[in-house]
Amino acid sequence: MDSSFDKNALFSTLNDFYLGLLPDSLSWAAFLGTGLTIVFILVNAVLMLTAFGTYMERRVLGRFQTRLGPNRVGPFGLLQPLADLLKLIMKEDLRPLMADRLTFFLAPVLMVTSMLVVVAVVPFGSDSFLADLNIGVLYLVGIPTIATVSMFLGGWGSGNRFALLGAARAVAMLISYEVPMIISLAGILILAGSMSLVDVVEAQRLPFILLQPMAFFVFLIAASAEMNRSPFDLMEAESELTAGFHTEFSGMRFGLLQLAEFGEVVVTSAILATLFLRGWENPFIPADWSQVLPPQVWLIGKILFFMLIFTWIRATLPRMRIDQVMAFAWKVLFPLAVINMFVTAALVVAWPEPTYTQLWAIAGINWVVAIGCLIGFSLALDKHRKNPTASVQLVKIPTEVA
Amino acid sequence: MMAYGLGIAKGMMVTLLNLTRKPVTVQYPEQRVTQNPRFRGEDFVWYEERCTGCASCAKYCPQGIIKIVTAPSGEQTQEGETYKIETFDIEIARCMFCGLCVEACPYDALHMGTGFERAKPRRSDLVITVEELRASAKRPSTWFRPQLQNRGYDPAKGEEVPWQEAGRESTVAPTYDDMLKRWVEGR
Repeated sequence: MDSSFDKNALFSTLNDFYLGLLPDSLSWAAFLGTGLTIVFILVNAVLMLTAFGTYMERRVLGRFQTRLGPNRVGPFGLLQPLADLLKLIMKEDLRPLMADRLTFFLAPVLMVTSMLVVVAVVPFGSDSFLADLNIGVLYLVGIPTIATVSMFLGGWGSGNRFALLGAARAVAMLISYEVPMIISLAGILILAGSMSLVDVVEAQRLPFILLQPMAFFVFLIAASAEMNRSPFDLMEAESELTAGFHTEFSGMRFGLLQLAEFGEVVVTSAILATLFLRGWENPFIPADWSQVLPPQVWLIGKILFFMLIFTWIRATLPRMRIDQVMAFAWKVLFPLAVINMFVTAALVVAWPEPTYTQLWAIAGINWVVAIGCLIGFSLALDKHRKNPTASVQLVKIPTEVA
Repeated sequence: MMAYGLGIAKGMMVTLLNLTRKPVTVQYPEQRVTQNPRFRGEDFVWYEERCTGCASCAKYCPQGIIKIVTAPSGEQTQEGETYKIETFDIEIARCMFCGLCVEACPYDALHMGTGFERAKPRRSDLVITVEELRASAKRPSTWFRPQLQNRGYDPAKGEEVPWQEAGRESTVAPTYDDMLKRWVEGR
């Protein structure tokens, strides 16, 4: 058996349980059963969190706008997600005449799958995870790209111009935001020295949100762009494109797309918690608090915290124009991520085996660099806004044709 | 010098402060907003004792939705003969609540009401008949009725106004000194 399963107590316990039930010749079935059991638990946990997330988002969004939000179904409106589900299931499933049968069917399925599959590498305890890939971080940024493909499938396959435009916007934006997102993760990988998420969490003697403030900033913004939420929801801008790539989807297909959209919030929050807030451990500096709360509770608490932050961003910021979005990715986030990567690399070269004091020094230098860069970029962009020499100039059309 | 992105920080603070505010939502069937006493509601208040059947309201109605049919009553009152009201139909479906009928009534017999919940499955049900007008509670809106408003009457409090008190003759007419104070010295 793989060596990574040795420290996976959850896996080996379950595997032993299934081995006890089955004869020796069926050990592969025990292995399969163990995997499926953990997958079942994980998928259901994510779906439950997503359902709760839709409810929480709507309630908190309501409070951000000084209204109440859904509160009629069940106690405090807690059964609202169930009511939404029932409604979506009972709706007619329409397929437009011009739609491509295969892509129209594939798009929602692929989108949900790509959202759920990411959770496989998120550890929810030092000894309980589904898979400890040694390229975990690469997997994290690679798999969600399938969602981009499925968006384009859905938009193009709908046979609707609005959907196609929305999908084109989505692809343009998502691919741009992949770049700063991945480069911002480079700083973390340099500090952790490993791409495995378990190692990344265990490497966080100080939470990486302290050590890598700029990476956190860039990753938070790029991730909220990856989730297609306000202020980056211009691919489904209802004032221009009806609903973007999911214009033609109805019934439970639309439900699946919505599920993927909200599920991505949960998954991204889990990734943020793992990468920046010490995953399953307590987010505070004093060492071992695992007795206070079980690790899963810490992780879920952090997920809810990041979901609140995403809701806050969504409640506040209006939608950006496509040129602003692209300019922000390439002119602000990309340089910030690169600066962060080089500064972190230099610090790691200076202190290869940092003590706690040196860690605090790294954190301090990174904070100074981050705040300095933010202020510098902010002032530079302000100057650019007042005197946009670099922007596109109107070509003067000659009045006389020779 | 305004730095780029400061507006975002300001906006985030605004929404964060909204979390501490009380929601403005009123949960309608259980809670209700306080209605203005001058609310022009759909249930008209009609005093048969005050009505002479002159049909001024029907004449002034821009929509022409008030139908009045009268017959001689045979009663000899002090002022003269009045008419018996046989039909007083208000087709509320087409009413726009301008209140011109109430303004036109010379005897303060017709008042605006306070209700707003007359949803019906059929248009033909949206007619207020004379029986309904006779039976309904006499809680007039104070719209265009200063005599009701001046004495602090509020239909939301639930007290009913008898027909003797609903008219403008119940208020004391302003004296010469009052008018002098109001229109000359007060200016």
